[in-house]
Amino acid sequence: MSLEARFRVDRGEFVLDVELSAPGRGVTGVFGPSGCGKTTLLRAIAGLDRHPTGFLRIGATTWQDGDRFVPTHRRAVGYVFQETSLFPHLTARGNVEYGRKRVPPAERRVALDRAIDLLGIATLLDRKPASLSGGERQRVALARALATSPRLLLMDEPLAALDRERKGEILPYFESLHAELDIPVIYVSHSADEVARLADHLVLLEAGGVRAAGPIGDLLTRLDLPLAHGSDAESLIEATVSEHDDEYHLTYLETAGGRFTLTRNQLPIGTKVRLRIAARDVSLTLEPQTGTSILNIFPARVDQLLPEGDALVMARLLVGGAPMLARVTRKSAAALDLASGKRVFAQVKSVALLS
Amino acid sequence: MLTRADLVALAITLELAAVSTLILLLLGTPLAWWLGRSRGRFKFVLEAVVALPLVLPPTVLGFYLLIALGPRGPVGGLMQALGGRPLAFTFTGLVIGSVLYSLPFVVQPLQNAFAAVGRRPLEVAATLRASPLDRFFTVAVPLARSGFLTAAVLGFAHTIGEFGVVLMIGGNIPGETQVLSIAIYDHVESLEYARAHWLAGGLLVLSFVLLAAIYAFNRRFRWVQP
Repeated sequence: MSLEARFRVDRGEFVLDVELSAPGRGVTGVFGPSGCGKTTLLRAIAGLDRHPTGFLRIGATTWQDGDRFVPTHRRAVGYVFQETSLFPHLTARGNVEYGRKRVPPAERRVALDRAIDLLGIATLLDRKPASLSGGERQRVALARALATSPRLLLMDEPLAALDRERKGEILPYFESLHAELDIPVIYVSHSADEVARLADHLVLLEAGGVRAAGPIGDLLTRLDLPLAHGSDAESLIEATVSEHDDEYHLTYLETAGGRFTLTRNQLPIGTKVRLRIAARDVSLTLEPQTGTSILNIFPARVDQLLPEGDALVMARLLVGGAPMLARVTRKSAAALDLASGKRVFAQVKSVALLS
Repeated sequence: MLTRADLVALAITLELAAVSTLILLLLGTPLAWWLGRSRGRFKFVLEAVVALPLVLPPTVLGFYLLIALGPRGPVGGLMQALGGRPLAFTFTGLVIGSVLYSLPFVVQPLQNAFAAVGRRPLEVAATLRASPLDRFFTVAVPLARSGFLTAAVLGFAHTIGEFGVVLMIGGNIPGETQVLSIAIYDHVESLEYARAHWLAGGLLVLSFVLLAAIYAFNRRFRWVQP
């Protein structure tokens, strides 16, 4: 049930010309600055706006092509809006059931209880939206969208209106969508942090066009793209939980570049996870260090270098074929004589685990 | 105390107001919905037409209606040609006059209420598989319900209170077209002040109770938005 979309929207000053494809499952992040056309694209996919030039197909079903245009209410699409969009005259339960009731029983694939469990809203069901917090409302809104058994889930900056604390409260629920949903999810955001945590694939929009698209790990570390710059630049590494060490209370994870050591977690052996490594937490040495407290040290090859301002250099490394960013000072780069192809050792000071 | 004639006038008045309000809500809702959402170029023309009764002297409206509904007018003539009787000086004629005269009092609160609902809740409903009609009844109407109450009460109260149009096209026929406001006028003309007091005081209290009820309801049921 992969998604294929092409839209051309011409509003004089603003032109959106986008071709997008998303695999049958997984989260595709659509990332870009405000005004680059993210919401326009999402509304076109949902059929909320009708643009004469467009093509949209999900699996074998064509939603828009030439004169054919399926109106929104006949599209099996779930939409989570940026601000609170719950119906104020219905309880949380009434909201969740509103869409579900309108789906023919034969098309209901997501059980109502499952949508409620997945978002942890069982205790909120009898409350009116006005008495829910911002994070709770977005969880109810997501459960409401899931309860319609959509074939495509669209999320338009669902966390943008929340403060940092609420975001932290809701993100784990969103992360679980990866594992739980077998439909494509389009997640629009201008937050690199959210995209890195949630997306599997990434589409980079810029001024109404696609600047780049591909697996998130690749795009985050491409030095020609804006994501690989600044103090928030980071890399994602695919890893598998391989062993727990009860003596030192550690967990070992296998990656393409070698074995990572993290503090002990409860994940079963074999669980696939993503490791998130900030570029500023990676330092480089020419020889493997001994007598260091750092456990995660990997042989790597410098792939590309790009100056970051006057003092710093962003280095794209290949660690067993997987890209990893390291941000070092220009002085260190000169001292180490860094150049493309150079063999180094990457010392990773800190790793965050994403499920 | 109220005489039998007064009670008949009261009954006619309430019936007129009830029938007119019902018709006004049926006609006014789609009209207000269209006005509240349309971006058409000529929307302002219709808005001005709907608002006309607010500024015109009721006698102007009554005069044109009298001509239109009379035996030689387009509507009255058509009725006669179809074997009916002209509508001037009938209860049906009064209902037509009341509906036109009270139209802005029903359409404007509804239009404002629909505009306040906005597009977003309806878009949300569309993504939840609700068809346009379904969205209207399950989202727009409940969210605009204070507007419906205001429209119904204003339409009802305003119809009870009208005088000029009713006098022009109703003809003050006791038992058919004589309503309270005209009965009061008759009492005063014939110096029956005591009877005028009963009717006038009654109307005053009724109108106050109706209006106080809307304001109380609107305060209690305003959706608490963050």
